[in-house]
Amino acid sequence: MKYIEPHGHMVSRTTADYKSMALAGCVAISEPAFWAGYDRSAVQGFHDYFSQLTQYEPARAAKFGIEHYCWLCINPKEGDDPGFAREVISIIPEFISHTNVLGIGEIGLNKNTKNELAIFEEQVALAVKYDQLILVHTPHLEDKLKGTRLIMDAIEANGNVSPGRVLIDHVEEHTVKEVMDRGYWAGMTLYPDTKCTAQRAADIIEMYGTQQIWMNSACDWGISDPLAVPKARMELKHRGHSEDIIHKLTFDNPFTFLSQSSNFTLAE
Amino acid sequence: MSDSSCPLDYSAIVESYFLEHRAKLIDLAAFLDRLDRAHDSSASNTDFRVDALRQAMALLNDGEGERARRVLELFSDMSIDIPQSAEGMKGALGAVQEPSE
Repeated sequence: MKYIEPHGHMVSRTTADYKSMALAGCVAISEPAFWAGYDRSAVQGFHDYFSQLTQYEPARAAKFGIEHYCWLCINPKEGDDPGFAREVISIIPEFISHTNVLGIGEIGLNKNTKNELAIFEEQVALAVKYDQLILVHTPHLEDKLKGTRLIMDAIEANGNVSPGRVLIDHVEEHTVKEVMDRGYWAGMTLYPDTKCTAQRAADIIEMYGTQQIWMNSACDWGISDPLAVPKARMELKHRGHSEDIIHKLTFDNPFTFLSQSSNFTLAE
Repeated sequence: MSDSSCPLDYSAIVESYFLEHRAKLIDLAAFLDRLDRAHDSSASNTDFRVDALRQAMALLNDGEGERARRVLELFSDMSIDIPQSAEGMKGALGAVQEPSE
């Protein structure tokens, strides 16, 4: 069964991971821009990163029959330095018309600061200006609930963003209902130690339904698993969920959300 | 069957997941034992994360539902203030440390 990995940081993964994902049925990956594990010292670092996302990774993925798409932004952590963040934001238009760019992301909050919030709002405005989808990172651990609410309030304060064009990622049991009730798409990130396990993701689907929700591995340089989505499919199958439901969650739903970008050209 | 039910029946859930969660519970018990065995262990030793964990353990057996949501809320920052910058802040620690702690 084919699936879409809607959130994977493939710049941090090996070519062998691409091969394993292809063997597991992955046909497309969307890769948000994120924190590299260290703060970059100059805007040129982001220029190189955006070039990697728009040129090098699509070619690497194509060798395994996987379509590669990406999102551009300055991440919430480095967004706490507003001067530097605005320099990075100024180069995004240079890349935004590239054929594999789906939108602005993953923007959001890290420590729920005024600096981060200001840069988040400016990147929401950028998405509106260029008619782009938005992919949102919500904070970690104890900061998630407060940050998720601040993020939704800021998007709604903009007044020009349809929540159906925004995916709010890393939801858990304490945030998923409010995200869905306010009309946003919800992403569940399958991590071994933090965020959601496959079992909890299946629980959330059983409790809150299959509309406007997807699962992703968010595989990166940390403790993460590029095959988390197919493993979650096994969990759903074990519980007796139908192939139609599993296909909806791991292919149809990301396909529907991402297809709101004209650059997403994956065949259904 | 309610709209939010798991397709597995009760006994199948036990068969599928009991041993895994038994092991996690014993890990938790051993973690608490390890704290007691710390070479500087004393009654005055406290940590806001361990305090939150003990509160969460009580919540698990209070007879109410939606335990996962309530545990996550117990570990969450419910403050409304917004600091200007993250400079000098630690990364997320998993529970909330009150300013006086």
